[in-house]
Amino acid sequence: MDLSKASFWGYRRESGRSGVRNHVVILPVDDLSNAAAQAVENNIKGAMALPHPYGRLQFGADLDLHFRTLIGMGSNPNVAAVVVICIENGWAKKVADGIAATGKPVAYFGIEQHGDHDTILRASKAAREFVQWASELRREERPLKDLWVSTKCGESDTTSGCGANPTVGNAFDKLYALGTTLVFGETTELTGGEHLVAARCRNDEVRKKFQFMFDRYQQVIERHKTSDLMDSQPTKGNIEGGLTTIEEKALGNIQKIGRKCLVDGVLDKAEVPSGPGLWFMDSSSAAAEMVTLCAAAGFAVHLFPTGQGNIIGNPILPVIKLSANPRTVRTMSEHIDVDVSGLLRKELTPDQAGDRLLECMLRTANGRLTAAEALGHREFVLTRLYESA
Amino acid sequence: MIHFVVHEDGDGVGVVVVEGVKAGQELSGWIMEDDKDIRITARSDIPIGHKVALRDYKPGDTVIKYGVDIGKAVAPIAKGEHTHIQNLKTKRW
Repeated sequence: MDLSKASFWGYRRESGRSGVRNHVVILPVDDLSNAAAQAVENNIKGAMALPHPYGRLQFGADLDLHFRTLIGMGSNPNVAAVVVICIENGWAKKVADGIAATGKPVAYFGIEQHGDHDTILRASKAAREFVQWASELRREERPLKDLWVSTKCGESDTTSGCGANPTVGNAFDKLYALGTTLVFGETTELTGGEHLVAARCRNDEVRKKFQFMFDRYQQVIERHKTSDLMDSQPTKGNIEGGLTTIEEKALGNIQKIGRKCLVDGVLDKAEVPSGPGLWFMDSSSAAAEMVTLCAAAGFAVHLFPTGQGNIIGNPILPVIKLSANPRTVRTMSEHIDVDVSGLLRKELTPDQAGDRLLECMLRTANGRLTAAEALGHREFVLTRLYESA
Repeated sequence: MIHFVVHEDGDGVGVVVVEGVKAGQELSGWIMEDDKDIRITARSDIPIGHKVALRDYKPGDTVIKYGVDIGKAVAPIAKGEHTHIQNLKTKRW
């Protein structure tokens, strides 16, 4: 596929970024504000609440990550406008100000001294205006390099490493050549193959940063583990699918970064990349956490290879699923956007599989709903670093 | 018909990519990186996605896949045998 002149139809945002969805988000800052946010979602058709269980008495780096993730979600170019609701007015303003820096419309509401009823009334009025305003925005033709693409695999099995993950790798190699912004992560799931990622880092500075993130996460595992992690890494689903060791899983995982891309930089969790290229983001390997961090970092479309059939979606980031496992493609077809099982029968070359995925990615970017979107998968899962105060 | 695939020439295990492989079955494999064919007789029933040993292993031997160390044998493994958590273990953690 010649991508040099490829384009997609996206929403040009005030920041200059291009989005592929046009959501009006009702964003609760804390667990207490979920009820009001969901009431506004119910009142205003076309508004979407993002309920979650956190935001109270977090502190330090964990609180920073909480704010960075919420502000990042609101700032994502797939979001047209945001209504922020928080029990405390000050933190509502803090999150709203963070999002408003992108130039997009934001309104915020604190519940204290108003109660749910009055907050829901005022927030619904703001949401109604935003939804009607957003409904008149039109897609424009954008160059493909403006599309930020993330990847993370899940419920992997051995077919992931020889089929679906190399397909993403093929697509990433092609996108990288255009100067697209790309990200991968899953820090502990590189265990056993970390030397291969280190070898792909653009320079010593990037390599040092990557190694720091990798070693830091290994220390977390060493500190808390009570076994060899055979109940977690690989997961029961991975083991059912034939993956035996973390090293085997990691080597399959790494196929997603292709053969030509270099790792140009390293990001902390939910950190927004400062330029094009392939970025490594320090992150959990749990699907919903990692995809949420990608959404918060500003990525607009996600490539998700699966073996045994992970069914994840995200509220604002379209998650495109591909699988090379013929059984999964047959038994879970409603979840799979791209079938690359032909790779394992030699009916499809890696190059053809990569093109098939890119074609689906472009259709998704142009507005086609993914399987996860059509099925209503909206997993929004915030990463926590430690206990609340 | 491809019953199993091998990433690289030199790998000690292959991945079964069809359902219903039975002990005693003649399997044809494809070494993807080198586009070479390989044949082996299954010694166990092997589910789709699970590994078949391409050589004999003693406990402690390193198992190679993707040309890289993926762990060590913790029980004897015979060529053609199902290779999984009962006889292969991580060297990490």
